[in-house]
Amino acid sequence: MQTLAVGCGAGFSGDRVDAAIPVVKTLINRGGPAAIMFENLAERTLAHQHLIRRANPSLGYEPLLDLELRPILADCLNHQIPIIGNFGAANPHGAAKLILHLAEELGLPKPRIAVVLGDDLSTPTGKLLVKQYLQAGFNDVSFVCANAYLGAFEIAQALQQGAQIVVTGRVADPSLLLGPAIAHYNWSKTDWDALAGATMAGHLLECGAQVSGGYFADPGKKDVPGLENVGFPIAEIFADGSCVISKADHTGGLVDCRTVKEQLLYEVHDPAAYITPDVVADITQAHVAEVGPDRVSLTGVKGHPRTDTLKVLAYFDGGWLGEGEISYAGPNAEARARLAMAVMQKRMGLKMQLRFDLIGLNSILGDDHGVMLEAVKHSHASDVRLRVAAKDESMANIDLLLRELTALWTGGPAGGGGVRVAKRQRLSNLACLIPRVQIPASIEFV
Amino acid sequence: MPLISLYDIAHARTGDKGNHANISLIAYKQEDFELLASEVTHEIVAAHFNARQPTEVRRYLLPHLGTINFVLDNVLDGGVNGSLNLDMHGKTLSFHLLTLQINQP
Repeated sequence: MQTLAVGCGAGFSGDRVDAAIPVVKTLINRGGPAAIMFENLAERTLAHQHLIRRANPSLGYEPLLDLELRPILADCLNHQIPIIGNFGAANPHGAAKLILHLAEELGLPKPRIAVVLGDDLSTPTGKLLVKQYLQAGFNDVSFVCANAYLGAFEIAQALQQGAQIVVTGRVADPSLLLGPAIAHYNWSKTDWDALAGATMAGHLLECGAQVSGGYFADPGKKDVPGLENVGFPIAEIFADGSCVISKADHTGGLVDCRTVKEQLLYEVHDPAAYITPDVVADITQAHVAEVGPDRVSLTGVKGHPRTDTLKVLAYFDGGWLGEGEISYAGPNAEARARLAMAVMQKRMGLKMQLRFDLIGLNSILGDDHGVMLEAVKHSHASDVRLRVAAKDESMANIDLLLRELTALWTGGPAGGGGVRVAKRQRLSNLACLIPRVQIPASIEFV
Repeated sequence: MPLISLYDIAHARTGDKGNHANISLIAYKQEDFELLASEVTHEIVAAHFNARQPTEVRRYLLPHLGTINFVLDNVLDGGVNGSLNLDMHGKTLSFHLLTLQINQP
């Protein structure tokens, strides 16, 4: 049986829209069966799309979908490279409709598009189910959405029934790769080792360039050639679920044991139990090895039976976040920034908990309570930016905070400049596990 | 005993899930894995991240990969949905781990 190659065209919502072009070219040139996945749905992205859909029922899918697929749609359809993406977000049918329009506009025959349904538990019945499991944590008034993480088998079923494009909402990210692998090798739901191996291949690809030289470069220590043109990854998946990771031809970046190891552990907790809807993967006996230039194999991944539950994330309106900044430079700049901080503390009193940062001295490593900032000694820094941030249920309180920061222009220490203020709606979330039998998934051709 | 910084012998990457962070610590050379395993205990890592007040630090050894995976619970001030930190994902924490100094045998 021929080896399946799966490329990755995006690793988050807002990723580079030209990244998929060299991936598709490479898949075509290499020949053989291939597919391309787009991962566009970080945890919060989906909740934002639900809010957008509320305001406009025809939206709620990946906003860059047109830009993402336009350059590669014709090549993929002409070369039998199925496209699998969670770009359906909160509105998979809306995304499918856009793709149909795009194909028509490009003069292509109508593609066979399948949508995966069942993840969205924001419906009245879905809401009741989630409420039953979250109990006291569930708030009807502030509820925004709930989605279950579906697995790969619906994607595989769609592909086996001839789908050229599979649009999903929430599925586990690695399932975007596992789906086409199951369809190609016809794995059963209990081929645990194969499912686990391909799941980890999907895990390696799901963040796009993060396995192929992106998010890796440290000049002089971990140099990456051509980072400005970093190539997106391609995984060759073998019949036993093991894989070789490479990247698009004629691109920058690099794939070696170091890049693969960093991404293999990314967002992993217990390496013996990486839980997805499809399998529980175990990488404690896994090996990575360089098998050619920009080619790394991953072998030895073990699989254990999948759990009986699916993870569900519910989102709730979480009030408002406000942040404002002002800069000070030159002699005694740090003292002036610290004085501005004291003025803010006195003006705001105990109205809300404020987080302060002195950018240039300490702005990342400290905690929201300012324990570390308090311990930072006066260093006579000459380029300091004060940042204040707060969260509150009331937008009016956040507006007050931002006005106070802005008032430092004329009423604060000398020489303050570069005031910027911003506020945005916050979302809080709660997770629960719900028996998978209660969350039936299905596919629908459009 | 001379001290060396983890930065000299290892690289690292942070990932986030909710309010928890994981940081992989990867030896450049397989032979340095034993040194990392013996010196970089979960207690030392917890102390190094004291300002972030982790409620628990767990350590997973992956000798085949020359890697240790640390999981730091509740270090993200609420994580991507709640934190007021500029780096709400805690992504910069990996390089903070690399500033840790250990005894060189």
